[in-house]
Amino acid sequence: MSAPNQSPLTSHESPSYSPLGYPTNLLAPGQTYETVNKTIAEIPLSRAPMSWRFGFFVAFLLLMMFLVAITWLFAKGVGIWGVNIPVAWGFAIVNFVWWVGIAHAGTFISAILLLLFQHWRTAINRFTEAMTLFAVACAGSMPLLHLGRPWVFYWLFPYPDTMGVWPQFRSPLVWDVFAVGTYFTISLLFWYLGLVPDLATVRDRAKKLWQKKVYGFFALGWRNSASHWQRHQVAYLLLAGLATPLVLSVHSVVSLDFSVAIVPGWHSTIFPPYFVAGAIYSGFAMSLNIVIPVRKIYHLEHLITERYLNNMANIMLATGLIVAYGYFIEAFMAFYSGDIFERYMMMNRAFGPYGWVFWTLMVFNVLVPQTLWSARIRRNTVALFIVALFINAGMWIERFVIVVTSLTRDFTPSAWHMYSPTKWDWMTLFGSVGLFLTLQFLFIRLVPMISISETRELVAEPDKATIK
Amino acid sequence: MSQHYGLLAEFSNHEDLLRAAETAYAAGFRKMDAFAPFPVEGLPEALGKKTRLPLLVLIGGIIGGVGAYYMEWYANAVSYVINIGGRPIHSWPAFIPITFELTVLAAGLTAFFFSLGLSGLPRPHHPLFNVPEFERASQDRFFLCIETRDPNFNRDQTRAFLQGLSPLSIAEVPE
Repeated sequence: MSAPNQSPLTSHESPSYSPLGYPTNLLAPGQTYETVNKTIAEIPLSRAPMSWRFGFFVAFLLLMMFLVAITWLFAKGVGIWGVNIPVAWGFAIVNFVWWVGIAHAGTFISAILLLLFQHWRTAINRFTEAMTLFAVACAGSMPLLHLGRPWVFYWLFPYPDTMGVWPQFRSPLVWDVFAVGTYFTISLLFWYLGLVPDLATVRDRAKKLWQKKVYGFFALGWRNSASHWQRHQVAYLLLAGLATPLVLSVHSVVSLDFSVAIVPGWHSTIFPPYFVAGAIYSGFAMSLNIVIPVRKIYHLEHLITERYLNNMANIMLATGLIVAYGYFIEAFMAFYSGDIFERYMMMNRAFGPYGWVFWTLMVFNVLVPQTLWSARIRRNTVALFIVALFINAGMWIERFVIVVTSLTRDFTPSAWHMYSPTKWDWMTLFGSVGLFLTLQFLFIRLVPMISISETRELVAEPDKATIK
Repeated sequence: MSQHYGLLAEFSNHEDLLRAAETAYAAGFRKMDAFAPFPVEGLPEALGKKTRLPLLVLIGGIIGGVGAYYMEWYANAVSYVINIGGRPIHSWPAFIPITFELTVLAAGLTAFFFSLGLSGLPRPHHPLFNVPEFERASQDRFFLCIETRDPNFNRDQTRAFLQGLSPLSIAEVPE
């Protein structure tokens, strides 16, 4: 079906490395428009491989467990969880902050790297934007489940109600509603806008009529016209420009949920930047945990080259160091402030009953990622996958340490109380992972998981596909 | 007018298409469009296409921001006042986060819906889809279409003009 391709369409002769040991090629040698179209667009149009079916089955079982946990929660109330006074936030908020954080890498890759002309976002932006959407969906479910009376969730929105009551707009918890709501909406629009031209490609390649109809419906009649592209590019850039401050604001607002309160261990000005760095850190870890297996299963090594993995590992290393600096400053300020409650909080965090959790956090989030200094680890997909798993777990533990150790022992010893999660807490946590993975599997199955039009741009202009 | 939508010339790469678009614009054609499987730099400008989308997004953002601040002020300082420890009722710094979020939300919605709306999308069918070769516009081929409604359009002369651009093929687009 393809005509012989001329020389300008083929890129690169051989894989090469920059002086720092980074692979320079974003595309493997010999890619043409047709190979790119075929590799990416044929995945949604053909049968799913066995590994997909197996993965989807496991994810779906976890999702069912989530539904069981939610059903029992709605029947009995939040009493089935380990939460009580003084630890009223528990797993729900730990999971919320963790999932929102994971979402951030998607927007970072798709918006900030777009504005900075980083072409190494091309093959991974679609994945990570989808990851953002699904992670925000998981995050958003957590505060709703924690509401106690989730059926009146709409009281959070400003609408002229018969009670004559408005939300308290000075509260960070209300800011959260707007921040997360806006974040989800903008991420969805950004993702879909980028997807429209690729859905048109799938529509035009589909052989079966129903496939043509379904993809044609969602492609909205896209014709690849120069004026369509012009508006598309303007809108895409503007959305990227809007999403850039948004991604920094969302986790800042989440961190204000904590730092506006006076609880020792929460009331700290370092929280917004340190939360944002942690968010991007965990988000890149989750992207690697998804990209590495998918790249292997669908044989996408020639599109998602080593260079991508290398750069993602570098960003993890950099943001990981910022997070480590945040831990250090928290400890330093606790003593430097001279505040006895802050000082006690820090001693309790490291050497109190939850001390082992704190030291696990230090190993997972500070020590293990230092292996990424080695180019051999960064290029070894298995090692990179394992390091990313540690970071994901570490970031979840970080939020546990912040939420739980601060609340169990605040100002008055008579109010101290330990917290331990119940099996329903664990089912909700792993169930939300099931929700995330189920959506991710469906995404991989149903839509082009790499931006075809942007990859074609790299084929057309080979110098963009090389980073010296 | 004729029964046709226009004449469609097919090219193999984006540089040829860009040159063809510039030549056609210089020859006085205005009602035309080019089609490429990725955004080609300089192509809309070569065809004389402009967009007012940035201005609309700015207006959308301003409406969102002003509307959000007004809502917060009305709700917390006029309609439902809560005095917390004598702090100012109109405490503007606390209103900024939501003002920012809704500015972004309104601007983003404007960018999305107007980028599609101004392009006339969604539009499931279009005369161009009648040309079988056109499905490669989303894959690996580049097209220039001069429409019959262009005042300079003349079936034979325009065909000869397009032929002069050395395309791979020329097709008539049925209405």
